Amino acid sequence: MPLEAIKQVSGRAVYLPGDDIDTDRITPARYLKVVTFDGLGEALFYDERFNPDGSEKPHPLNDPRFKGARIMLVGANFGCGSSREHAPQAIYRAGFRALVGESFAEIFFGNATTLSMPCVTAPKADIAALARAIEEDPNLIVTVDVERLEVRYADKAFKVNLPPTAQKALVEGRWDPIADLLEASDLIEEAHARLPRATLS
Amino acid sequence: MGKSLYEKVWEAHALRTLPNGQTQLFIDVHLIHEVTSPQAFGMLRDLGLKVRYPERTFATVDHIVPTHSLAEPFEDPQADEMIRHLRKNVAEHGITFFDVTSGRQGIVHVIGPENGITQPGMTIACGDSHTSTHGAFGAIAFGIGTTQVRDVLATQTMAVSKLKVRRINVDGRLGPGVYAKDVILHIIRTLGVNGGIGYAYEYGGSVFDRFSMEERMTVCNMSIEGGARIGYVNPDQTTFDYLKGRPYAPKGEAWDRAVERWKALASDPDAHYDDVVNIRAEDIAPTVTWGINPGQGCAIDERVPDPAHYPEPQRAAIEEALAHMKLKPGQPIKGVKVDVAFLGSCTNGRISDFREAAKYLKGRKVAPGVRAIAVPGSQQVAKQCEEEGIADIFREAGFEWRGAGCSMCLAMNPDRLVGDELCASSSNRNFKGRQGSATGRTVLMSPVMVVAAAVTGRISDAREVFGAELVGA
Ligand code: SF4
Repeated sequence: MPLEAIKQVSGRAVYLPGDDIDTDRITPARYLKVVTFDGLGEALFYDERFNPDGSEKPHPLNDPRFKGARIMLVGANFGCGSSREHAPQAIYRAGFRALVGESFAEIFFGNATTLSMPCVTAPKADIAALARAIEEDPNLIVTVDVERLEVRYADKAFKVNLPPTAQKALVEGRWDPIADLLEASDLIEEAHARLPRATLS
Repeated sequence: MGKSLYEKVWEAHALRTLPNGQTQLFIDVHLIHEVTSPQAFGMLRDLGLKVRYPERTFATVDHIVPTHSLAEPFEDPQADEMIRHLRKNVAEHGITFFDVTSGRQGIVHVIGPENGITQPGMTIACGDSHTSTHGAFGAIAFGIGTTQVRDVLATQTMAVSKLKVRRINVDGRLGPGVYAKDVILHIIRTLGVNGGIGYAYEYGGSVFDRFSMEERMTVCNMSIEGGARIGYVNPDQTTFDYLKGRPYAPKGEAWDRAVERWKALASDPDAHYDDVVNIRAEDIAPTVTWGINPGQGCAIDERVPDPAHYPEPQRAAIEEALAHMKLKPGQPIKGVKVDVAFLGSCTNGRISDFREAAKYLKGRKVAPGVRAIAVPGSQQVAKQCEEEGIADIFREAGFEWRGAGCSMCLAMNPDRLVGDELCASSSNRNFKGRQGSATGRTVLMSPVMVVAAAVTGRISDAREVFGAELVGA
């Protein structure tokens, strides 16, 4: 079954300032005590968004002006730390479909791409300008163009980066690699016969 | 131009180039645990796929296991569901499982090496970012997400892109009280928490040549905290001596052949590196963190930074960290009051860590008001500690001596910080909320520094607390 080609993502955006946002913050460990990913959207940034008594803290994701955003603007090294896929799953399940940041941690980036969620990078100044624009007009429609590698809003645009492998996977609808991996059955069998494994001896 | 170990292992395992340009890489050993695997098995079921080579996957349970009692059902119903789920999955697919009743259960990155499953030249994957630990053996070990766990289960391969290789040399002599943990905290502090993005780290130099396997594991473990998904050390006699005779290591003639093969895998003397970093061992001090990521560290006798001296965006980051840690700009880190001392984790929960810590703990007492917890990395480590009298030293000193698991490294079990408690911890992450309380505070350090903190009730310089007892590595 062919997957959806992710050529561009459009929608409103929200800005989460700060560098080195780790996956423990994105999805605190207690939300990992689950055997499915269902319902994880509610865990998103839980401890940053809520006090222990459940009342809301000031946080961009609690700001009614940015409810329903599909694009998340972030800083550098976003998604560092734990490899938990729960983090991009929570972001996806909270309705986001693309991230624009200065840089992304590698495992997070791979996990997000495999979920069809592009993580494009751009210089700090471009992200800051876009953040100012959505602060002025939270209803601004932002487009992350994965094919042309640019972000457009109002009458402005800036270039973004995405490794060619991820770009190709997204625009060709191959972001979930399982079908491709399964194809190589003979090569896999040959490697299994050739390569050592750990056996009880 | 010669090749690095990374390149040699990559070439032996690359099956083909995928349509998007990534490589389909064969994975020799797949390790799984209860937190990141259940959804992967669910996806397999949804796709109607089987585990392709169950004999290449090994399972353990570590994150959610209670360390005070293994009586089932576990008190925490969610934890209980997770272990039952894992048991069902491994039974259904015929996967070897080091269950809590096996005597071999423990943290996935402790039991792989301990059982000889981790071997040089292997590709290893695990749904856990500290899989880089296994690189200590000259394996290429990847932390992966759950969808990739599915890929490896279904195909024993995954889609990956090749990394660049940065050689990090540490040469010279480490001073007394300076350990492998200080080496990696120093490296991360120097190169930054994102300095390793896009790189595999190859560690070498005379310090690594002299390091034991467990010390090498401590360093490789935290590669990911520096942004490097992979860290490794070339295999040598130390590696072979460690592996020989372990349950899953080759035996007899197969052993001799394996050693020959492993020797040839080490990076060639003229190997190409994309970057080289040289660090003098003498520049490394006992290091502790003062902030909310592992790169926010300083020597024990330094002061925490004053944000006023830094431009944006560092200033905001330092302010945020100090506010969370309840530290004042420019104050000394030494002397800060400690509420909890935690010795354990896949970074520093191995037998040599407990042996070294016990040397200095012996005859001393945990300071009043400090809750001190020792959690062996595996049931085997626990057993050894009992046999060697180490567990008794900890108990007599006033530590709670617990069962094996991840415990307070990430607090998915009942062991956790309360409120804004400050924990002197031998683990690897000081992220906000990491140890189970959103306002909890973590200060990372070596096991001997944890002991120094436990007995003084303050963040202390082990060199001052234990003085002449300390010897250099
Ligand atoms: S000890 Fe900590 S870092 Fe290591 S695997 Fe367990 S939770 Fe992860």
